[in-house]
Amino acid sequence: MEFAYTDEERMMLQMARNFAEKEVKPIAKEVDKEHKYPADNVKKMGELGLMGVSVPVEYEGSGMSTICYAIAMEEISRHCASTGVIMSVNNSLACDPIKIFGTEEQKKKYLANMASGRKLGCLGLTESNAGSDAANLSTVAVLDGDEWVINGRKIFITNGNEADYCVLIAATDKSQGHRGISAFIVELDNPGFSVGTLEDKLGIRGSSTAELVFEDCRIPKENLLGKVGKGFKVALTTLDGGRIGIASQALGIARAAIEDAAAYAKERVQFGKPIAKLQAIQWMLADLSTHYEAARLLTHRAAYLKDQGQPFGKEAAMAKLMAAETAMKAGTQGIQILGGYGYTTDYPLERYFRDAKITEIYEGTSEVMRLVIAANILN
Amino acid sequence: MKIVACIKQTFDTEAKIVVGGDGQISDEGVNLIVNPYDEYAVEEAIRTKEKDGGEVVVVTVGGDKTQEALRYCLAMGADRAVLINDPVLAGAGSYGISVALAKLLSEKEAGFDIIFAGKEAVDDGAAQVPSRLAEKLDLAQANVVTAFELSDGKATATCEIDGGSETLEMALPALISAQKGLNEVRYPSLPGIMKAKRKPLEVVTLADLGLSADDVAAKVELVVAELPPARMAGQRLTGEVDEVVAKLVQLLQDEAKVI
Amino acid sequence: MSIVVCAEQRDGSLRKITFEALSAGKSLASASGETLKVLLIGSGVAGLADELKKYGADEVAVVDNDALANYTADVYAAVLAAYVAQENPALVLFGHSAIGKELAPRAAAKVDCGLVSDCIDVTFADGDYLFKHPIYAGKAIGNYKVAGPVRMATLRPNVFAIAENDGAGAVVDFAPEIPASKVSIKATEMASSDRPELTEADIICSGGRGLGGPEGFALIEGLADALGAAVGSSRAAVDAGWREHAAQVGQTGKVVSPILYVASGISGAIQHLAGMGSSKVIVGINKDGEANIFNVADYGVEGDLNKIIPALIEKLKELQ
Repeated sequence: MEFAYTDEERMMLQMARNFAEKEVKPIAKEVDKEHKYPADNVKKMGELGLMGVSVPVEYEGSGMSTICYAIAMEEISRHCASTGVIMSVNNSLACDPIKIFGTEEQKKKYLANMASGRKLGCLGLTESNAGSDAANLSTVAVLDGDEWVINGRKIFITNGNEADYCVLIAATDKSQGHRGISAFIVELDNPGFSVGTLEDKLGIRGSSTAELVFEDCRIPKENLLGKVGKGFKVALTTLDGGRIGIASQALGIARAAIEDAAAYAKERVQFGKPIAKLQAIQWMLADLSTHYEAARLLTHRAAYLKDQGQPFGKEAAMAKLMAAETAMKAGTQGIQILGGYGYTTDYPLERYFRDAKITEIYEGTSEVMRLVIAANILN
Repeated sequence: MKIVACIKQTFDTEAKIVVGGDGQISDEGVNLIVNPYDEYAVEEAIRTKEKDGGEVVVVTVGGDKTQEALRYCLAMGADRAVLINDPVLAGAGSYGISVALAKLLSEKEAGFDIIFAGKEAVDDGAAQVPSRLAEKLDLAQANVVTAFELSDGKATATCEIDGGSETLEMALPALISAQKGLNEVRYPSLPGIMKAKRKPLEVVTLADLGLSADDVAAKVELVVAELPPARMAGQRLTGEVDEVVAKLVQLLQDEAKVI
Repeated sequence: MSIVVCAEQRDGSLRKITFEALSAGKSLASASGETLKVLLIGSGVAGLADELKKYGADEVAVVDNDALANYTADVYAAVLAAYVAQENPALVLFGHSAIGKELAPRAAAKVDCGLVSDCIDVTFADGDYLFKHPIYAGKAIGNYKVAGPVRMATLRPNVFAIAENDGAGAVVDFAPEIPASKVSIKATEMASSDRPELTEADIICSGGRGLGGPEGFALIEGLADALGAAVGSSRAAVDAGWREHAAQVGQTGKVVSPILYVASGISGAIQHLAGMGSSKVIVGINKDGEANIFNVADYGVEGDLNKIIPALIEKLKELQ
């Protein structure tokens, strides 16, 4: 068991940290305040290979380990959780399912376009009546000759407003429940597709959260991803991997709150000394740091198991559960340590707090994480 | 073309400096980076190769940890790296470093067309190695360069001087020391990071270079390092603009006596 | 035995750092019993020898030659090395100017001696010279000794006090072989400005992100006019394109040591302090009472710079 980084992991850390500090950090406040999609940075990240970190080189990806992906995700998210989730969704929710379940043609086209950063992807799973109960889908896909015809609405889709492609999960046979669900690749410049509502959110405001509207949206039958009736498996497998990305995002947010609060505590003088000398503050930061380190180890372990081809669903759920709860706690206590100043928008602590909350919800709520873990232990 | 980039691995610019009980600077727990000015040098070296062809060799004097700095440059796009690693050179100053590098570049790595280096290292701020190297290798030199062009074996460099700038022209081989703004340093791409692993990184000792400990013996010795006297917060002036301004001017005149 | 100061002149006038180096050299020479000599290189510069006498030079060696009209590092280093070979000085002093930063190491390599750059103090005690210079962007200070017989040092501008001290100032001609330079100067562009040069200025007015935009520098310029000051900038303002990089004060910009440094709309990040922390007096003007600049400013003015600076300019004009 090795705790040391490999050469690539160290270089990835340095590169991602440099990029995040120089390019992501300076605009993070504006991205949040103006709800602005960071198009320039997403383009640069694509050029650097960050949008397809673990996609094989033959499909224009970077061919790096999932741990490298986790490291990069954390560094980017440390400065901007919005930029982090845009990267995570493209890597884990759009590239990964095609990498695992796609045909050679699908990989050569869609995977390569997204891994290279030329195109952006999203996952169309959630619906107004299908959140945690993901199998309760109403979006249907009907085979008509050489085409699938799709009708339905997806909601809360990250990257929905900017995406070129959607990995869509739809019902092909409602009578079969979760066995009647299939996965598809939809090119979104399609007359049968439009973007509906754009959500106004508490946090991760630089990323779009959109309603996807499919009205007699026709796609070639070759765009079925995997086998008919196996779509739910595509979704669940995809989410397992996505949890590593979100756990890393949450770690970045947690670290941001911890680092900023610690720096402030060393400067802020009350009662004649820096508040960093007060035990109450010290214990808060000690606990947060400990949980952050533990969540990080869980995350990297899940990443390691995934790369080894071993089952990692339980570990990924544990990582996301712990990282998200730590991010939320760090966001809250981070503000607390800054007191009144933490509550103002002059300091980024309130943004970390707002960004943290979603990590306990999307890609599987913390409640669902607990179900996944329990199912693993008790089976 | 054979293009050389000289780098130095330095403390992170954010590093907290700790003076040990022995009066020396402690490097425990310090994050090490490629000297920021050297990044501009490596970037310019790679751009020159991309434009005119050839290979980029990155060289440095350092220890085991310095390999990481060289790998980073390889990930950026350099082709080969050479590390002069010898216990005798541990903590070497500008003198020892330039003697070792000059020996490397005049024998083992001779035949270069151009050498790029950062204008100074952010740790000692000495700015000596590039000029020492240019003198020892008998090269034309341009320092603190903000613009550079190469055509038909002739280099044109714009240098920052006190109060302005000067444009110099010289034939190759030449040595150029880079200033911030010479170019925009690229981030190593992920594929670049993966390729860096397989690029040659050679480690040589003083003996390999044909140098003795005496040849590189330091001329400058750090007797003791100290932390600078802390600047304390002074007086705070708040209130009505006119009152505050009047008070400030009075203090600057009568108390500080600076106006 | 002697201490040699390498004089720096531009367009026929001696630069301020030369007088600072001479003054430092004089006090060292008194302590160590050496003679103080000056090497003056250029074309048509012999007349400057008189000025050097005023600051304690016992002897001025003049190398006056058409070939030396324009400074190039390789040629001047060769001349200096020839002089050092003849004189065997214990110590050679330069200014840590743009010229000094390349001339000194080039000469040191030719002479094969040690060099301490950017010194803020040089003393003679117990038979040896001790050099002090800031390292790690001023986060620490190193005290150094140099193994002889020849030592070289460059001195940080604006730190060593200028003291007038009549010296014998005997002028001698020095005529070494002058090699051809490997570089040719194609163009020189001096920033046209009535303002003093940043590294030489006694007073500097700097602006930062708090100015809100490039127009904000009009306030800084107005204040600089009223104080006869140079204009500096924080990195944030330079990165935003509000001011050119040459004005940047800080870790990746210029290191300055003015008597008075007025920082407006500058938060006072450590990297900025690295460039101006050795100012004698610091005034900070910022509307954010928690800004770090207030932790180092001798006088901290908390308020809106858009109101304070115009009022300050008015008040200063009244004094004149």
